Amino acid sequence: MASATVQLATRAPKARIPKARRNRSAGDWVILALLIAGGLVMLFPLIVLLLNAFKTTADYNASGPLSLPGEFSADGLMAFWNRVNFPEKVWNSIWTSGLVAVFAVVLSMFNAFALGIGRVRGRRWIILLIMLANMLPQEALLYPLYIMFREIGLYNNPWSIVIIFTVIQSAFGTYLLSSVYGTFPKAILEAATIDGASRWRIFRDIVFPISRPTLSVMLVFFFIWTWNEYMIPMAFLIDNSTQTVPIAVSSLTGDRLMDVTTTAAASLISIVPTLVFYLIFQRTLSRGITTGAVK
Amino acid sequence: MKAIPMKKNKRAAARDAAEARERGMSRIPGNPSGRFWLYLVPGLLMLLWIIVIPAVWNIYLSFTNYRGVKPPVWAGLSNWARLFRDATFWTSFGNSIWMIVAMVVIPILVGLVLSSLIFDVVQKKFGAKAASTMRAVYYFPQLLPIAVASLVMGWIFRPENGALNALLEAVGLGGLQHNWLGSPDTALIFLMLIMIWIQVGYPLVIFMSGLQRVDPELYEAASLDGANWWQRFLAITLPSIKPEIFVVALTCTIAALKVFGPVYMLTRGGPGTSTIVPSYYSYQQFFQSQQVGYGAAIATALTVVIVVVAVVFTNLQQKVEAEDGE
Repeated sequence: MASATVQLATRAPKARIPKARRNRSAGDWVILALLIAGGLVMLFPLIVLLLNAFKTTADYNASGPLSLPGEFSADGLMAFWNRVNFPEKVWNSIWTSGLVAVFAVVLSMFNAFALGIGRVRGRRWIILLIMLANMLPQEALLYPLYIMFREIGLYNNPWSIVIIFTVIQSAFGTYLLSSVYGTFPKAILEAATIDGASRWRIFRDIVFPISRPTLSVMLVFFFIWTWNEYMIPMAFLIDNSTQTVPIAVSSLTGDRLMDVTTTAAASLISIVPTLVFYLIFQRTLSRGITTGAVK
Repeated sequence: MKAIPMKKNKRAAARDAAEARERGMSRIPGNPSGRFWLYLVPGLLMLLWIIVIPAVWNIYLSFTNYRGVKPPVWAGLSNWARLFRDATFWTSFGNSIWMIVAMVVIPILVGLVLSSLIFDVVQKKFGAKAASTMRAVYYFPQLLPIAVASLVMGWIFRPENGALNALLEAVGLGGLQHNWLGSPDTALIFLMLIMIWIQVGYPLVIFMSGLQRVDPELYEAASLDGANWWQRFLAITLPSIKPEIFVVALTCTIAALKVFGPVYMLTRGGPGTSTIVPSYYSYQQFFQSQQVGYGAAIATALTVVIVVVAVVFTNLQQKVEAEDGE
């Protein structure tokens, strides 16, 4: 395949075709076709959702899940929207996930500065201890945290979610960022000390800006992960008005009054916010998790 | 140290002092490591509150009988003795192996191939826009809340009016229709397929970001030397993204061992115990059977397994990194 590319490349006419397009071989097209086919499989559930979210119930019952909708109907969407007060759920999810993402990135930075750059003693064991937040199965946390948060009056309060997930997400952040900071260019740090910068100045004015690409990838991951969390929000947010989007959608499964088209519409609308968020930040993802570390 | 002859003592002492200074030093010249503890205080305090105390509490509960209402009663090792005799517990760990296959092994292999194809072929021949679209498509299931992904998949695979059965009907294979997640013979396999679908985008995105770092000239040089795609993959791609492979393998293994949401939403461990996993089994004991002590024992056992895996893994990672450093 590659040799074919090379041959094509050498034979290619010196016409003014953009360089990248000049040496597409048959093999390249086959690979593209296979990747597109795989992509369609990945998107199949989304396609099925789109087909059914805007159908009427009668239409679905008559022609099944794979037919195109006979007429456009937003009944399912409206039913879900009004029933769970969707804007309220989106707002709950946005502010808890947003705060968790910011707090967890900051906490990870502090930890990683001490571990990766400060190289405090026993750092391997400290990282492992912090990673316990990631390793502990969440059901092990439920009883103790429930009792603790009830005592301080934060049970059924979204702040409990913010606090818990700041710690859980920062575990991964600390692990990742410590290894990135462990390879932070020493020359830059040396130059900073010659200029007489304090640790705090180095942290704020040098380490933070240089590692920003890694930090923004972490921010995106933390936001999406927290948005998608299920078990702890389900157990801690019992009031309808404090619930997050996934809890509102999953409450439909047990609900006999909800028909398939409503469920499809609910699933579809519930993924719009994360989808938008991802598309906005997808450029940061391509910049890479370890870019801050190299060069 | 005592074996060192007297006359060399001075030099050795100086060298030792230099080494000790180096060991106790941060990466910032002139700043001893000890001065960085302040930065760890908020993180460690929060960790103590949210993780360490509940974890210790959970270990304590595993030695008690506790139904969630009356105070816990000390029960010694009875929960642990029961655990080792409990066939369901061992079944749940057996299924964990399958979850590791579906959430770690296959996604990493597929992710490696996909990321290098997208990076190598799509990005170079069809442009960056095509590549990032492709990445977004494969990453899509990762954006879905587990609750929504499970809801949709459960509906696609359900027996009446499910999309897969409808699809089979439509192409004339109606005879193959099946209760995919509800029969003991297919439930685990379809749960695994769903997990692969959910998981594959994560290694893909991380690997692609790692590939950005690789010097393109390396690939060009290899191509000029006549290396084919597979040879370049083995010689350049794989070694360059080794750190990313470790990160993904560790985090995915942990996620696979404690997987809960999809099992809870799709199969509830059933039919029978065919798809039961430790997390769900422990949850069942905690909140359905009200056997909090036994649930805590399962959760503690699971934590121990995860910690052991993580320690072994990071040791291996350090060894590999040390070898690479030489």
